Amino acid sequence: MQRSRILGLVGIVWFLLTVGVLAQATRMGLLLAPTDALQGNVFRIIYYHVPHSMLSLLFPYVNLFASLFYLYWRQRDPLKALNADAWAISSAEVTVVYATICLWTGMLWGRVTWGIWWTWDKRLTSMLLLWLLYVSYLMLRKLSATGQTQTLAAVLSIFAGIDVPIVYMSIRWWRTQHPAPIFLSGDPDAKMDPSMLPAFLWNLAGWTMWGIFILVFRYVLERRRQARDEDAALLAIEASLEMAK
Amino acid sequence: MNYFSHVLTHLRKDLQLEWRSRDSINGMLFFSLLVVVVFSLAFDPTAAMSRQIAGGILWVVLLFASITALNQAWTRELRNRVLDAQRMSPAPPSAMFLGKALANFLFVMIVELVMTLPFLFFYNLHALGQGWLILVVMPLGTWALVCNGTFFAALGLRTRNREMMLPLILFPISIPALLGMMQATTAILTGEFEPGLWINVLIAYNIIFTLVCLLLFETVLNAE
Repeated sequence: MQRSRILGLVGIVWFLLTVGVLAQATRMGLLLAPTDALQGNVFRIIYYHVPHSMLSLLFPYVNLFASLFYLYWRQRDPLKALNADAWAISSAEVTVVYATICLWTGMLWGRVTWGIWWTWDKRLTSMLLLWLLYVSYLMLRKLSATGQTQTLAAVLSIFAGIDVPIVYMSIRWWRTQHPAPIFLSGDPDAKMDPSMLPAFLWNLAGWTMWGIFILVFRYVLERRRQARDEDAALLAIEASLEMAK
Repeated sequence: MNYFSHVLTHLRKDLQLEWRSRDSINGMLFFSLLVVVVFSLAFDPTAAMSRQIAGGILWVVLLFASITALNQAWTRELRNRVLDAQRMSPAPPSAMFLGKALANFLFVMIVELVMTLPFLFFYNLHALGQGWLILVVMPLGTWALVCNGTFFAALGLRTRNREMMLPLILFPISIPALLGMMQATTAILTGEFEPGLWINVLIAYNIIFTLVCLLLFETVLNAE
């Protein structure tokens, strides 16, 4: 009881901190960062678009590793396996949310700067594919019969994890229009101006904290649902034993 | 019995069952004929245009046609609880998977062979690139669809709306393979670029996913 109370308190403090960081990040992004020389104020969408795209490439790893752990523990330690499965579903849902925001902000930005909503460019297509894969993962979880959902979903997650690099490479050979990444790229012209960096980092920190918050929040919800199901199953067993007497 | 004789036994059983009913091949054949006719009617393409779009249409037709057969592939085993009996048998489960995937591969290949003529007639095709390469692309592309398709059909076997589940999970996973087949076929038909890269993509995709399917099939079969 004591432990869960402390964890609840940590959650509230984390939430308030996140809101604070996001407020500061929004102020930096919309008001303090300089206007872009070429694109004007539209450029400010980068402070939302790029952190979301980076994070939506990160959460699938949580899902993949949770699924691998689930399959490993499935018969060895079912309680740990359930725990891993709760991480798997929460990270898949957060992935879909972040990828959706990334696609939407990207399309808005593309409409203004390229004049089109959508193009079959390598990064856009890979992100759309990632989104499709995780939506199909959630569909499978919804439609499969109880009792095997977790195993089937874990198997699909491994397929998705293997598919993403193949998708990325094959689409890279296909075509490209999206600008080169502004971080970790060799092209000096493509780098972000240092005066914009603080606003970007604040936003990255804020959206990472928010992502972790909703991830853990969803995880706790899933654990409660699991506990409720277990209680219901135990009650049913007890009731059937009573009947047998 | 070694592994390969298990595979052969499963393959022979599936071929025999299909030979007796011929349900899935006939269904696929007529279905793909219909889709070819409908597309041809809708676009009414000239020879130059059909070279551009035929690669895409061909694989969309085969994708939809094989979905109809793949959905039936495992339901046969559900009748009289055959699948439960096979789960209890000491034979390796991946051999059953491989046998069934090979059988489905042969069915779809037969459909492709029969469909070649109507396809050529309706779309006025003759290849401007290296035509013989199509003999490499067709089996590679078919295996890419059928191997994952057979696996996901087994995965969706005990879900609600089983028929709907298969395309929902097969399409997203297959997109790199679909891109490979369509690009390679278009390259062969138009002769505008080299299909070599896309054939390599298909080969890599096939090797990787065949291995993954073989490794994970036992987990899916005993999912409860």
